[in-house]
Amino acid sequence: MHIPDGFLDVPTCVATGVVAAGVVGVALRRSEREIAETGPALPGLTAAFVFAAQMVNFPVGAGTSGHLLGGALAAVLVGPWTATLVLTSVLVVQGLLFADGGLTALGANIMDMAVVGVLVGYLVTRLVLQVLPTRPRSVVPAAAVGALVSVPAAALTFTAMYAVGGTVDVPLGQLAAAMIGWHVVIGVGEALITASVLGVVVATRPDLVYLVRHLPERAQSPVPARIGTRPLVIASGVTLGVAGLVSLAASASPDGLEAIGQTLGFAGAATDSGAAGSPLADYAVHGLTGPMSGSLAGVIGVLVTVGVGLGVAALAHSRRRPVALISQ
Amino acid sequence: MSAVGATVSRMRPVTPRRGAPDPARTDGLLVHGASVVHQLPAQTKVVALTLTVAVVVLTPPGAWGVLAAQAALVIGVAAAAHLPAGLVARRLVIEAPFVAFALLLPLIATGPRIDVGPLTLSASGLIGGATLLIKGTVGTLAAIVLAATTPSRDLLAGLERLRLPAVLVAIISFMVRYLVLVADDLQRTQIARISRCGSKASLATVASGVGTRFVRTYERGERVQQAMVARGYTGQMPRLTDAHATSRQWTLAMSLPAAALFVTLVAAVSGWVPGR
Repeated sequence: MHIPDGFLDVPTCVATGVVAAGVVGVALRRSEREIAETGPALPGLTAAFVFAAQMVNFPVGAGTSGHLLGGALAAVLVGPWTATLVLTSVLVVQGLLFADGGLTALGANIMDMAVVGVLVGYLVTRLVLQVLPTRPRSVVPAAAVGALVSVPAAALTFTAMYAVGGTVDVPLGQLAAAMIGWHVVIGVGEALITASVLGVVVATRPDLVYLVRHLPERAQSPVPARIGTRPLVIASGVTLGVAGLVSLAASASPDGLEAIGQTLGFAGAATDSGAAGSPLADYAVHGLTGPMSGSLAGVIGVLVTVGVGLGVAALAHSRRRPVALISQ
Repeated sequence: MSAVGATVSRMRPVTPRRGAPDPARTDGLLVHGASVVHQLPAQTKVVALTLTVAVVVLTPPGAWGVLAAQAALVIGVAAAAHLPAGLVARRLVIEAPFVAFALLLPLIATGPRIDVGPLTLSASGLIGGATLLIKGTVGTLAAIVLAATTPSRDLLAGLERLRLPAVLVAIISFMVRYLVLVADDLQRTQIARISRCGSKASLATVASGVGTRFVRTYERGERVQQAMVARGYTGQMPRLTDAHATSRQWTLAMSLPAAALFVTLVAAVSGWVPGR
């Protein structure tokens, strides 16, 4: 997934380089205290571990094997800011020494994998942890979801960068659909690998895991009945199934208002919505035809809605008692 | 051979076979030599090569003459450093996945289509894809030249002189130092797993090996920190080397991007560069 030279034009490379430098600077400041305590050897060795682990061939079932990206895993193991530095080190060494990833595209690669991959993975893990019981073992499924989301998030970042400064004109909707679709599949592998590796670490030495040391505390006041994990999983599965599969059987006939409009003759007064240029307009992915288009649009819509809902709920939750999603 | 083993063997010194011609003396990624390129300080090479690649990326698609001249410049540097062609070619293989993408571009790009044999391809996709291929290869070549002529310790000293934050330099230097050890450890874990479970791997067994190896790597990190503190580490990493670059060396290094830029400007002025 490393971007080579020539994909993105020079202004975009420079811009992403500047932004990446800024975020890495923030990460340096936020992790200063922790690294001063543990010394630079620990993140250095974690970086060596992530690099080496990226080479390992993990069998992910059905005869396929996958490789680890490690953003979410590193974030859970050593904290989000140290993990940003760890992944940045890995990318710098890969770019400068192993010629993996362009010299001019280093900023873009860091934005992609070390910033978005790590921080989105960590945020989603924390969000999922809010709904799970406060136990060290809960970190494992939470990290799996975090890993699952972090990979398509990184792919989306790449698509956004390409939309701004890509050198060859490719239909954007198609690129987004292909990148995100393919990287959701990779994300499943990443989730499985992250969960299994993290499971071992949490089982043997949970004190080594940053997120276990910084588990969110529960409020003392009685909390309203929380939905269990199983109903949540079933509900999510049903929702995605309806959005992705049952929607294929949806009727293509106009709805009530459109039908009346056509009968009474005022349908022509309708103008296109301001969002008609959106890549998901009309519940179809721009550039994709056929039933897949509608299904994918439905699934994307569900995921975005759930994400927004979780975000709003987390914000509302944090009003009552302060919960730092990313600790200092 | 597993990928980890391939990495580890890439980083081990190569012993020449009996009677075979002496291969380039490699030491990990470094190819020993005393050429002009080898002797330049690392920071000059990093800046010069990155700027050269930036100039190459600036070249508009389809400017074949300009791209060829710029590629020739970078190949010339590789030749000046006496890098064996076979070694460079082998290391270029790393860009294979992106080559596949560049080959796909004529099929998926937008714009007017032209007929090539049985396929209808996008004209801009063909030009763009070929341009991408050349630019990406030149970029990879530049990075290969950098790695082959610069010991990693000097590279880190150069990055430090380029004002990379000291903490980041420290983390990268520890990473580079322990990379071979950690990769070796992982390979030994794989061998232990194979000898106990046979070659049929499952996610649980591979992951448990990797997870346990993380625990031991972390503990090694703690031990290294304690060893450093025991030897007087007070929180400040000592400066790596005093890699001062003279202005003559900077001039020599910057001649590469200057030449690349010159080629582009000449072509632009004389109208060789096709408009977009």
